[in-house]
Amino acid sequence: MGLKEEPWQKAEIAGPKKALLILKPEVVATMVKRAKRPLMVVGHLAAEDYSEDAKMIDYAIRISNTAGIPVVATAHVVSEFIKRGFYSAAYMPAMDIGDRLADSEWKGLDGNGPYDLALFMGLPYYMEFVILSGLKHFSTNLKTISLDRFYNPHASWSFPNLSIKDWKDNLEIIVNKLGGN
Amino acid sequence: MGCAYTLSKKGVHVKVDELKTDVGLFKNLELSVGRIIEDKWTEPMGPTPFPEITTIRDWDMKLLQRYKPFYLPYCDVCCLCTFGKCDLTADKRGACGLNMADQQSRIVLLACCIGAATHIAHARHLVEHLIEKYGRNSPINIGGLNIDIEAPVTRLVCGVKPEKLKDLEEVLEYCEKQVTHLLSATHTGQEGSNFDFESKVLHAGMVDQVGMEVADIAQVSVLGFPKADPEAPLADLGFGIADVSKPTILVIGHNVPSSVGIIDYLTDKGLLGKVEVVGICCTAHDITRYSSMAKIVGPISWQLRYIRSGLADLIVVDEQCIRADTLAEAQKVKTPVIASSPKNCLGLENRTESSSEQSIADLVEGKVPGVLILDSDKVGEVAVETVMKIAPKRNKFKVIPKIEEIIEAAKECTECNECRRACPNDQSIPDAMKAAAKGDLNPLAEILDSCVGCARCDSACPNDYPLHSFIVKAGEEKLWNEKFKMRVGRGAIQDVEIRNVGQPIVFGEIPGVVAIVGCSNYPQGGKEVAEIAEEFAKRRFIIVTSGCAAMSMATVKDEEGKTLYEKYSGTFDAGGILNVGSCVSNSHIAGAAIKIANIFAKRKLRANYEEIADYIYNRIGAVGLAWGAYSQKAASIAAGFWRLGVPVIVGPHGSKYRRMLLGRKDKEEDWYAYDARTGDKVYVGPAPEHLFTAAETKEEAIVLIAKLCMRPNDTSKGRAIKLTHYIDLHKRLYGVMPNDIHLYVRNNADIPITMKDDILKILEEKGWKETRIPDPTLLPRLIRKTKGE
Ligand code: SF4
Ligand code: SF4
Ligand code: SF4
Repeated sequence: MGLKEEPWQKAEIAGPKKALLILKPEVVATMVKRAKRPLMVVGHLAAEDYSEDAKMIDYAIRISNTAGIPVVATAHVVSEFIKRGFYSAAYMPAMDIGDRLADSEWKGLDGNGPYDLALFMGLPYYMEFVILSGLKHFSTNLKTISLDRFYNPHASWSFPNLSIKDWKDNLEIIVNKLGGN
Repeated sequence: MGCAYTLSKKGVHVKVDELKTDVGLFKNLELSVGRIIEDKWTEPMGPTPFPEITTIRDWDMKLLQRYKPFYLPYCDVCCLCTFGKCDLTADKRGACGLNMADQQSRIVLLACCIGAATHIAHARHLVEHLIEKYGRNSPINIGGLNIDIEAPVTRLVCGVKPEKLKDLEEVLEYCEKQVTHLLSATHTGQEGSNFDFESKVLHAGMVDQVGMEVADIAQVSVLGFPKADPEAPLADLGFGIADVSKPTILVIGHNVPSSVGIIDYLTDKGLLGKVEVVGICCTAHDITRYSSMAKIVGPISWQLRYIRSGLADLIVVDEQCIRADTLAEAQKVKTPVIASSPKNCLGLENRTESSSEQSIADLVEGKVPGVLILDSDKVGEVAVETVMKIAPKRNKFKVIPKIEEIIEAAKECTECNECRRACPNDQSIPDAMKAAAKGDLNPLAEILDSCVGCARCDSACPNDYPLHSFIVKAGEEKLWNEKFKMRVGRGAIQDVEIRNVGQPIVFGEIPGVVAIVGCSNYPQGGKEVAEIAEEFAKRRFIIVTSGCAAMSMATVKDEEGKTLYEKYSGTFDAGGILNVGSCVSNSHIAGAAIKIANIFAKRKLRANYEEIADYIYNRIGAVGLAWGAYSQKAASIAAGFWRLGVPVIVGPHGSKYRRMLLGRKDKEEDWYAYDARTGDKVYVGPAPEHLFTAAETKEEAIVLIAKLCMRPNDTSKGRAIKLTHYIDLHKRLYGVMPNDIHLYVRNNADIPITMKDDILKILEEKGWKETRIPDPTLLPRLIRKTKGE
């Protein structure tokens, strides 16, 4: 793995403001619990990466089921949620959900008000990079967390670059701390 | 004598219907300070001839109110002047007062100015060159009797009707002036509103479209390219297309005269067939439009793989999208390079005025790695004579390693991941190297399919492995067998084709025109564009293509070995797949939309930009897809379509253009238009939903294309057809019904019959109410009757 705080794609430099490292996965669980209106945005790679026994989408489903966080499936990945018996995912293009999250007036999927925490996973690295950047600069009360196994510096918090095993261990802890199994 | 004087910003303008003097009788003469236009166009001048940078601003603001920019900054700082770097994070401002939204729109404007300047300078060079060769009075003729409207974009924007090559000079002067003004607006302390920057972006796109049109109609008129020919010939395309037993010249770039010089020299000397001339990128398009003996290697992403494979015995580069390390790479395979454009001199000695013999001798003996020759005839002579002499000496020398070398190197790979982290498509090169170390080269070979040929992996590897070459070698067998057919660029769309399809397009019965264009920075390889094209051709959309996308589309064959160009008609009609040509031929796609408004709907064309754009926006279900867009030219081309009201989708890498123009279908108030019949404001639904967006996957792009073809003017029959495609694709690719059907059904007749029960249920759940289908417009001045009249 590359240096922990380096962007996975090395030239994708951000800053001065860069994502804080999630060194203890428990912190994510705490932030999710504290959030009033969390949301999860899941891209198409969630069903493809990282390996057969460590698919992001399965963790997304477990987190959502455990913590009751709504899911927005981008691109065509909603079909993968359905295949796994998870029927409540909303779906819209990544750019659409990014644009709405940047709008402090947006009332959310359920019309109950803006979100205060967005967890991202499974978008192409560079696309997630620029969308997180759009949110860093243009959203008002939103914090973002990148749950991919690579450091994505425009998020508010991001995992460092992790091996598949370490990433999996971290996600297990998060699910666990949220009260799931 | 009938005579009218106007005093405009452009100076004194005198129009004389008839003038008798000692010299003779002049009819329809227009005089302006410093120029004389013979004006035979009887249509009265429209409201916006030669628009300045704020002339069409009101229209831009209407679009931008609906499609607000969503900025995606690449980094947090600005470093454009020595006040900087300035940290613009969130609501911070730079030393000049600029904020992040302003800065992002400014960067978009810079990109579009670069793109527009590139096409316009290309057009300027072509027009001057062709005037020098063929004379100022050579007629503009791009389709003989089949085309009356020879320059729809120029006529619409400038209000002039160019008839001869010389008439194009004035049009270019206008474009050059606009780009200078636009570029100046990006200076520190100029524009201070992101919306005004965005309006200028649209202006840059519009003048870019004029520049492209000038370039293409000039070359089509005099170089004997197919003239709006649906049955333009098929050219050979592929990596293994050249007869390697012959000396081979590779041409790369966009500006065709030097390649024409090569073909002409071969023809004059009776050498046709003795030398292979193959091309990459748009020069390949244009040289196959010029000569049936030229062949196409492939899109821009294939430059390195071809050069390193040593197949080219000589390389001629002209301009645009040429790798900056072409000379260095060519030297590795002992291939001399001729640079032929003042924009791309590569540090080479200028031999334009030297004797050809001297240049040939120096190149053949390897005394110089290349030469700069700014004379297309001389390029032809030096290229051909050199390649004939050097080919036997080179003996196709290559730097592609042997399998054993790859395996040995792979054993030393430290799996440091530097290559993967440099790769734009995140290819698992380290895993592939691990397999290679065990003798399995298949994983490396598979990477070739989605490799964009950037060689960033090479640069990143601490062991200095030429990884791109490893990948090429691993996939060599397949690569060598790649031989395809592509229909060469046909040029414009005939007026009669427009007459035939105008009504079904505007009524929505031909569900859409999909322009699949642009570069080859694909996320998953070029085959995706072929899949997308075929999906919509089968559904009886009209598919128009150009540039590298047109080439990528040729690289898929069916079971019978046929490519899309062999399977589908080249006519502008339902189910057709038409290659218009090179980048500059994109103007014909805009031209077709403009001609539908003018020829079919009889809207006035002359300098009537807003009305025509309003027509296209509300009625013509056209969508652009630039799946591999990477360049600044692609940015300005897209901007030209936005201003005309045509939405554009880019691939995921296009998210790096830094800004999307997105509609908000959840905001009902955004989607009202005037009914031109009554003046009422009517809800028309989010059609089209976006003006510019990046799709994450091919599946998303397909569903979006179907959706973005809907327009407020669709008849119920047309809307039902469009909805059928949208819903069908959504169900197939997403596994569910779309969640916004209720926004696109205006009345019961819009509902596709086969899906009636399902849709009625959804409408009920959503509390849907019927709306009426207006005669839609965003322009109050087009309302024919206001209330109380
Ligand atoms: S142009 Fe403005 S924001 Fe950019 S570096 Fe200069 S002062 Fe700073
Ligand atoms: S050359 Fe191909 S494999 Fe190498 S970095 Fe570029 S896209 Fe990736
Ligand atoms: S950069 Fe070179 S050494 Fe490192 S993993 Fe890639 S091929 Fe191996």
